Amino acid sequence: MEVGQMQRQWVDYMRSLFMEGFLDDQFLQLQQLQDESNPDFVVEVVSLFYEDSEKLLNDLTKTLDTKGTDFKRVDAHVHQLKGSSSSIGAQRVKNACIAFRNFCEEHNIEECLRCLQQVKQEYCFLKNKLETLFRLEQQIVAAGGSIPMMELSF
Amino acid sequence: MVYEMESDCIEDMEIEALSSMWPEDIGTEVGRQFNIERPGRDQDMLEEVTIIDDPTIVDFKRLMELTNYTDKGSSQLAYLVKHWEYKQANAVRLLREELDHLSKQRQEVELKKLEILEEQRFEEERYAGDKRPVSILDGVYDIWQAVPHRKNDIVVQSKGIEIDADYDTVIYWKQQALHLEKLLEASVQREQVLMQKLQESIQNLEKQSSPVEELSQILKRADNFLHFVLQNAPVVIGHQDEEMRYRFIYNHFPSLHEEDIIGRTDVEIFSGAGVKESQDFKREVLEKGLPAKKEITFETGLFGSKTFLIHVEPVFSKAGEKIGINYMGMDVTDQVRRRERMAKIREEIAVQKAKESELNKTIHITEETMRAKQMLATMSHEIRSPLSGVVSIAEILSTTKLDQEQRQLLDVMLSSGDLVLQLINDILDLSKVESGVMKLEATKFRPRQVVKHVLQTAAASLQKILTLEGHVADDVPIEIIGDVLRIRQILTNLVSNAIKFTHEGKVGINLYVVPDPSFGNAEGYHQKLIADQQTISVNDVKGEKCLSTSQISSDENGLDSKKCGECPRQNHPFNDESTTPTKNESSINGDFEEQLHAAETTVWIRCDVYDTGIGIPDNALPTLFKRYMQVSADHARKYGGTGLGLAICKQLVELMGGRLTVSSKEHRGSTFTFILPYKVSTTCDHSDDPDELSDMDNHDDVEDDTNEGFFQFQPRTLGSLFSSNGSARATKLLSQNIAYSSSNFRGFSDVAYSLPSGNIRSKETASIQDGLSEVDINPEIAESENSVSHIPDQEIENGVCNYKQLQENMNCQYQNPSINCTQLKEASREVAVATKTTEPQPTSQSQEKCDTISQCVNDSTEEVLKSTLRPRILLVEDNKINVMVAKSMMKQLGHSIDVVNNGIEAVRAVQRNSYDLILMDVCMPIMNGLNATKIIRSFEETGNWDAASEAGIDKFVPEADSLHNDEGSSLSRKRIPIIAMTANALSESAEECFANGMDSFVSKPVNFQKLRQCLEQYLP
Repeated sequence: MEVGQMQRQWVDYMRSLFMEGFLDDQFLQLQQLQDESNPDFVVEVVSLFYEDSEKLLNDLTKTLDTKGTDFKRVDAHVHQLKGSSSSIGAQRVKNACIAFRNFCEEHNIEECLRCLQQVKQEYCFLKNKLETLFRLEQQIVAAGGSIPMMELSF
Repeated sequence: MVYEMESDCIEDMEIEALSSMWPEDIGTEVGRQFNIERPGRDQDMLEEVTIIDDPTIVDFKRLMELTNYTDKGSSQLAYLVKHWEYKQANAVRLLREELDHLSKQRQEVELKKLEILEEQRFEEERYAGDKRPVSILDGVYDIWQAVPHRKNDIVVQSKGIEIDADYDTVIYWKQQALHLEKLLEASVQREQVLMQKLQESIQNLEKQSSPVEELSQILKRADNFLHFVLQNAPVVIGHQDEEMRYRFIYNHFPSLHEEDIIGRTDVEIFSGAGVKESQDFKREVLEKGLPAKKEITFETGLFGSKTFLIHVEPVFSKAGEKIGINYMGMDVTDQVRRRERMAKIREEIAVQKAKESELNKTIHITEETMRAKQMLATMSHEIRSPLSGVVSIAEILSTTKLDQEQRQLLDVMLSSGDLVLQLINDILDLSKVESGVMKLEATKFRPRQVVKHVLQTAAASLQKILTLEGHVADDVPIEIIGDVLRIRQILTNLVSNAIKFTHEGKVGINLYVVPDPSFGNAEGYHQKLIADQQTISVNDVKGEKCLSTSQISSDENGLDSKKCGECPRQNHPFNDESTTPTKNESSINGDFEEQLHAAETTVWIRCDVYDTGIGIPDNALPTLFKRYMQVSADHARKYGGTGLGLAICKQLVELMGGRLTVSSKEHRGSTFTFILPYKVSTTCDHSDDPDELSDMDNHDDVEDDTNEGFFQFQPRTLGSLFSSNGSARATKLLSQNIAYSSSNFRGFSDVAYSLPSGNIRSKETASIQDGLSEVDINPEIAESENSVSHIPDQEIENGVCNYKQLQENMNCQYQNPSINCTQLKEASREVAVATKTTEPQPTSQSQEKCDTISQCVNDSTEEVLKSTLRPRILLVEDNKINVMVAKSMMKQLGHSIDVVNNGIEAVRAVQRNSYDLILMDVCMPIMNGLNATKIIRSFEETGNWDAASEAGIDKFVPEADSLHNDEGSSLSRKRIPIIAMTANALSESAEECFANGMDSFVSKPVNFQKLRQCLEQYLP
């Protein structure tokens, strides 16, 4: 069928996301949660994630910029971010968060700032990747195909 | 010596001139003779000398000047030299003459002396002692020449005689003789002086020859300078006479010998481009008499291609006649080349700049356009979601009990909504095509199936009495490669357009191979097509038509929705349709023989969509394919539509490398024709398409279908056939249908992406219809069948039950078709879900399904079910995303959950309600999971909320309520399983969880398996 190619592309793209560690199994869980009654579940969750993360990242940036950094607050935020990212399977963001937290405990402001950059970067990467993925999915759906979840066996 | 003589002569001459006065004042005369410089001739001579001197000096100066003006120098010099020589010669001649004179005078003086002596003798004899013998002198003079030698003889004799003979007179004579002797002496002296003078003059002359040397030296020096200056100059200097023959040439890089040049003209010397030009130029300068400069490019065999800057200057003789030209040429080849290169570069730069700016403009415009399109697309997209929400809710609303008026209003609302959605989808399509985002897929498909399906779909939604027919020529390959979706879109669009504007007669599709219209000839082909159209076509009307209110965005959708619309009116449309095609297929089967093309050849297939409709007026043709254009406002009002349909068709066809044309006759009908190139696959059969295979497994008539070339859908047969066959067939195929209905559902949902609500209805109809007869044809269905084909039998049986339910629903459908639709949808979805997720507890699942179904219909039942059967679960989690994920997971697992965001809220929730399970995040703001657990446990043990109060959770009002609610309180006293959700951080160790009274823990992120295990373990 016509969509076959797109579907194959989608599978490949998903694989690459997994191979490169952007996503982990948790993301598959999300996808399984998506069905006809809830066709945009993944997108919704991820949008929420974007919203949440951006808020957290902004806040983190601000907090780390102020003198006498409130590391407790930072830690809480990073924890939040870590939680959300692990919830959607954003593995690399999560890992960056873990490192971040360690330095947070050490109250190492420089490393924290570096980690923040890292997290931001990972977040941007992820966002781009997911956007591409969703676009592909939209195209598949638009072309009358379905997301070939079945073929995603790792 | 000669000079001496001459000088003598000159002296004589002078004396002669004064001769008449001589006797009176000899002394003065003598004096005069010594002052040679002063008087007459002498003076002249001196003047001459000085004159000669002067010009030489002037010459030097002038030479110096001339060396500055090198042009004239040489000729001037030559002239000066000649002049000098001439003057010199003149001086010599004059001197000679003077010498002659002098010698003559001497002779005369001697003769006179003799004469005087004789006279004296005569006077002696005559006793004439007068001192004034003037006249006599004259007379004597007359005789004088005749007796010179006699006198001489006599003088000597007479002297002697005189002296001897007369004493008296002797003294006198002596004196006289002395006097004469003195005179003689003086004369001799004078002669000597003259001689001296002459010597001096000669010496002077000799001396005066030194200016020549000097001059030549200066000349030499000037020449050297000139050479020095010129030696490295890339110049040619020359002089040519009035015939343009070279008289002089200076060339530092001589390639010719002098003898080759001198005396010849340019044309004689060289040949090639520029030579003639230069000569003409020189001639012109000569004629005009004004100097001029010119750049001339030579292309001669002698020195190749060179450009010279030539300065030509006319030369005049003293008389003012033109005698030739001087010219100086300089090789400026490199400069010229550089200049030309510069000019070229400059030109190029200018061009480049112009191009650049042009390009920038274009880019800018393109960007703007793209942005605008993007904007449009985005906006459309943005509008679509909420709009589809509105439409779906309107649909849901239409399932409720409404009175007549409300229903009418709702219908208008729905159709308007559909129209807007259609419009937006069209815009999206268009902008996709235009912005190049639309990608074409090359997939194998069967044109016959496509045609058939399009017609079938159209027939399904047909609200008029029309015959739909399709004919596919035998030479059209069974399988071709192209973008089937787009092709279907075009076909459907055109067909629905045709239907829209046709009130009676028929609408049909013809498909046949066009003999290789290699589209290089596109133009010609196009023209041919145009020629074919006697009536100019026009389909605007139609284009617009296809977008009528009932139709939905993509063509398929549109048609589907139409069907739905029809459903209520015609009694059992689904069954009807399903039977007719099968019938046709079987009858026509076997006529057809396919010739398969070898390899991947391109085949051009022409597709005509014709109708017997209202046609298109000529004046509407030009704008037919333009966006938002309809034949007239009337049409738009009457037929509706957005005016985008044909524009999209055209764009799509062109995108695929084809051409869409139209021919039409008003009131007779229109024919839309599009020609597209397709590849023919090498593999001749349909074997490699899994979808097809699965189709074939299930249906016997698939094979027939592939080869059939003619389809007809008669308007009248619809109703009757349905009632007779439909039901029986439906029951027969029941199990299959279920599978297919679900699969079809999926397939259609994919197609109908844009219009969730509109599709809901269409999906049902389409799927069922397909399930009954047509599954094989629908490629999309086939695609999704993979997943379905694995369904175990049991589940299908489950599905069967559901399906029966559906059937029942269907029976009551007439009155309210839309309700049925939604119900059907729900049901079919359930089936799909059931088949997809293998559940350990099928019962609960089915229950849930029941719930969902009943949800639509009956809220109260749902409530009941919920309260009795559901375990209550509390999720304590602060992270929204985690909440969302967990919630959906639980939902999928068949549970709804309560959610609170921190420990305190969790405690309050437990105070208020009884829960069967608590999922507790450990790390939370305000109060963490461990503390909350501690408080809850403490309550469970002690029965009071002291711990909670201690923790500051005082305001727990509803204690009385909960006490009243005996069940609730008693339940809450039971130990609630609390499961920690940890993020695997150090602070959230398992021991700590257990120590705080938690029963278990799951590590985050939670997933299905963990949750399921957990639920299995802790829920009864």
